Amino acid sequence: MHEVQKNDRSLWEVVGDYFRANSIWMKWYCTGCGAIEMPPTMTSRFDMEQLGMGPMATPRQADVLLITGYLSTKTLRRVIYSYEQMQDPKYVVGFGSCTLNGGIYYDSYATINQLDKYLPVDLYIAGCMPRPEAIMNSFGELIEMIKKGEAKGWKHYKENHEWYKANQMDSLGEVIIHDEFHE
Amino acid sequence: MTLMNFIYGFLAVLGAFVFQTSLTGINRKVTARLQKRRGPKWYQQFIDIFKAFSKSSITHGWVYDFGAIMALGGIAATVIFIPVAGMQAFPGLDNIFVISYVLAVGMLGMAMSAAGSGNPWASIGVSRALTNMLAYDIPFMVVVFTLIYQHNTGSVSELASIQQGVGILGWNFFKLPLGGIVSVIALFGMLGKKPFDSFIAPAEIASGPMVEYGGKQLGMMFTLHELMTFIEVSLILNLFFGGGETLLIYMVKYAILYTFTNIVSGVMPRFKIDQAVTFFYKVPLGLAFIQGLLVIYLGWGY
Repeated sequence: MHEVQKNDRSLWEVVGDYFRANSIWMKWYCTGCGAIEMPPTMTSRFDMEQLGMGPMATPRQADVLLITGYLSTKTLRRVIYSYEQMQDPKYVVGFGSCTLNGGIYYDSYATINQLDKYLPVDLYIAGCMPRPEAIMNSFGELIEMIKKGEAKGWKHYKENHEWYKANQMDSLGEVIIHDEFHE
Repeated sequence: MTLMNFIYGFLAVLGAFVFQTSLTGINRKVTARLQKRRGPKWYQQFIDIFKAFSKSSITHGWVYDFGAIMALGGIAATVIFIPVAGMQAFPGLDNIFVISYVLAVGMLGMAMSAAGSGNPWASIGVSRALTNMLAYDIPFMVVVFTLIYQHNTGSVSELASIQQGVGILGWNFFKLPLGGIVSVIALFGMLGKKPFDSFIAPAEIASGPMVEYGGKQLGMMFTLHELMTFIEVSLILNLFFGGGETLLIYMVKYAILYTFTNIVSGVMPRFKIDQAVTFFYKVPLGLAFIQGLLVIYLGWGY
């Protein structure tokens, strides 16, 4: 793995990053318990729309993929499919301690323990679960990172594709799919 | 047709986009206030559209790409024909049938593009959108035929100018109240506002026709949606609310009409598509026929 160079943005990317920082469309699957903290963050008490953030229906439209809590290996495959469907400046946010180190599921045979081995995580939100205050605070952080051009996990994923794929295969194993597209 | 006509047409499209996008942003704030939230910045809609254009995009085949361009082109072309406060790029070409037919190019382009993406949600969304169109168009066209019968003209700008000069009682909304109500209900259907938004339905069919759009194509769809909203609200405004004597009056009336649909939409549940069709064919179509009979046989509305 090698580090991506910082501050090599063209003027067009600086302008684009301003727009991308102020309009964050999110996709989350309710993979873990963390998704329960999103409705209060969206609705009238915390109101994430004032930062320009909002939920989106499909990965194609979204900029940010939220991994809300523990991720079983079965879900991991779908999450990777979704991540690879997203359009290019795209960011991943790991939600809660389960994505950091496994949390209370650290010794489970069915979940992954460390999300950034499989997907390039730009930001982690610690907590079990993080409360809406922590979520709003972290999204402020993410906005700053995008503005400065520091959230470049998607470039990292492209440059270290082999390493990520090896980790993914290691966890998921090879599966032979029987349908009309693969035979 | 001189160069000035074309320059005016270009400016009309640009102005319509800027005006309607600002208004959409303000209305996002209005919706937020209805829900006791603070809401986004008023220019949030511009940021969203430019952000979508700044992202990368992929193709799902040439039908998908061509359809998106055809839809945006068709809708932008329709905006040119809309008379705004008596001003038009090409005088004499603002017949209601011209506008309906050119609008159909954009609509079909969108349907083609969405279906070309190959996603089943998109196909369901398109079929719902076209069913919805069939539902609101019939009552609306019955009312429009009544207007044409009454005034012996199909020109939108003439129909607007006939209503001007005698205060609000000259508006067709007050002269033909049943037809006016039908047209406002049809406007909800045209704009896809609740209760007639079952073809978008983000949580049910994953935003319907928009499901496979991402990046630049999504930006084009958002631009298209703003322009289409401008066409539809302008049409109802010109036909039933007297258009505008000056540009300022036109913009104020437009903002009030659009905000009204948005506020009503904010407190409405959603019809299923079959319920929407049944509703349109029972209530608005019935009212439209009663209005037509009153105008034709009893001479009301003069």
